[in-house]
Amino acid sequence: MAKIIDDETMENVCILAKLSLSEEEKEKAKAQMQKMLDYVEKLDELDTSEVEPMSHIFQDENVFREDVVTNGDNKEAMLANAPKAKEGQYQVPKTIG
Amino acid sequence: MKQYETVIGLEVHVELATKTKIFCGCSTEFGGAPNTHTCPVCTGMPGSLPVLNKKVVEFALKAGLAANCQIHQYCKFDRKNYFYPDNPQNYQISQLYLPICHDGWVEIETSAGKKKIRIHEMHMEEDAGKLIHDEWEDCSLVDYNRSGVPLIEIVSEPDMRSSEEVIAYLEKLRCMMQYLGVSDCKLQEGSMRADVNLSVREVGAEEFGTRTEMKNLNSFKAIARAIEGERERQIELIKEGKAVTQETRRWDDNKEYSYAMRSKEDAKDYRYFPDPDLPPIHISDAWIEEIKAEQPELREVKQARYQEEYGLPAYDAGILTESRHLAVLFEETAAIYGNAKKTANWFMGEVLRLTKDKAMDPEQVSFSPKHLADLLVMVEKSEVSPQNAKKVFEKVFAEDIDPVAYIEEHGLKIVEDTGLLEETINRILDANPGPLSELLGGKDKVMGFFVGQIMKEMKGKANPASARETLMKEVEKRK
Repeated sequence: MAKIIDDETMENVCILAKLSLSEEEKEKAKAQMQKMLDYVEKLDELDTSEVEPMSHIFQDENVFREDVVTNGDNKEAMLANAPKAKEGQYQVPKTIG
Repeated sequence: MKQYETVIGLEVHVELATKTKIFCGCSTEFGGAPNTHTCPVCTGMPGSLPVLNKKVVEFALKAGLAANCQIHQYCKFDRKNYFYPDNPQNYQISQLYLPICHDGWVEIETSAGKKKIRIHEMHMEEDAGKLIHDEWEDCSLVDYNRSGVPLIEIVSEPDMRSSEEVIAYLEKLRCMMQYLGVSDCKLQEGSMRADVNLSVREVGAEEFGTRTEMKNLNSFKAIARAIEGERERQIELIKEGKAVTQETRRWDDNKEYSYAMRSKEDAKDYRYFPDPDLPPIHISDAWIEEIKAEQPELREVKQARYQEEYGLPAYDAGILTESRHLAVLFEETAAIYGNAKKTANWFMGEVLRLTKDKAMDPEQVSFSPKHLADLLVMVEKSEVSPQNAKKVFEKVFAEDIDPVAYIEEHGLKIVEDTGLLEETINRILDANPGPLSELLGGKDKVMGFFVGQIMKEMKGKANPASARETLMKEVEKRK
């Protein structure tokens, strides 16, 4: 039996994903997430005890770059992507650890 | 009364001394204007693709092998997910499941003797940007120059029992990294940072107490004070029958107190998973052997060699090897000059004195070994007085001047001018009838006074031995 997506789990997911959902949306999301888990449970029926878990779909390994500076000062171009900038820096809501 | 034991484990972040960031070709140089070392990769732009800097793997291997670690020859990167503005991707690329190095140890030495501190793991990861809180407006500003700078995080086992052991461990790691050339480990610039996990338990107890994690420690002194402060705080709680809460605390070194940052209730759930953008790393036996062959002589080995090969006392060998940079300068000077013992004395005296007087980092000392060796040869041949040699060395130390030319130009070379010496001696004898009569009366103590006067008058250009000899001759004539 797949894990049941209860209100507490839903709440936690919202916190982790920084989402604020209405009660209606939460119910909808709960049902959708439940469907996903049920599907995964179906996959669990397969015996994978002899299969090594896969982390990457390609066969590549050791893709490296040499330690050489290739980028110059991109400040202006980069800051153009910022919703707000100030004194050459990205301006964000006040955040204190 | 109950006795308590402090149990400490450390997470040490070390910034690697690569020229470029871990996943892009941006410079890692410290102190650039904000955001001048950034690109789509290190600012987390959608669609940008990280490519691993090979040097980071090499440096991590060097560090791990020096700390007696096992290597995960198949390793990969994982994403650690969290939202914070210093982390533009909303995840940090790190290693959770297969850290590159694991299960090692380093040996520390304290007043209590030698002790092994086990290393749980070392993993590669990227640094975050820097947040500055605007004082006037209700906002924060982010500089991503540091975002993507390569780090290794060195996680120890909870093997330390006092601040003394912690400092010894950190000094050991710092020295090791500097010797390896893997990091400069400057606490002030943040290229070495330590988080302290600390719990207390009654002496003899098997179980660990509940631990707290302290952050924001940027000097060895602050770390020592934070450990003492947190130990006292936890013991106080236990004595009052209260429980220690598992939480992250921020140490305020001015107030000498730690404050709770976040507690277990909202402990982060990082939802790690393998980073699909970065193919796995396969470290062959040949690659490991190559790194091993390149490893420099580490401090302990150097120390032993100095005692054996150069006949230096353990104390001197210890001081001379504290900084690899100075040790190399010393070895090169000794090789040119040919007398390691005398070179060592000069380093222990003049080089360290000037470094200290000028409040310099040993790494900043940069004179040519050839210049010091030339000067030492001149002292040995009595071509310059030791006093003048010290003055000349100050110039060598500060500006790396050629001492031979300098001594020549400034007329500091000792000249064997017997006529001038005799003339000077007689002038001094005439000017000091009192001490002269004492000398004639057999009081040898005033010899020193006269030699000093002669050297002063000759501006150090006389050979003290000849001065003394000629003085005796001239005095003899007056008897």
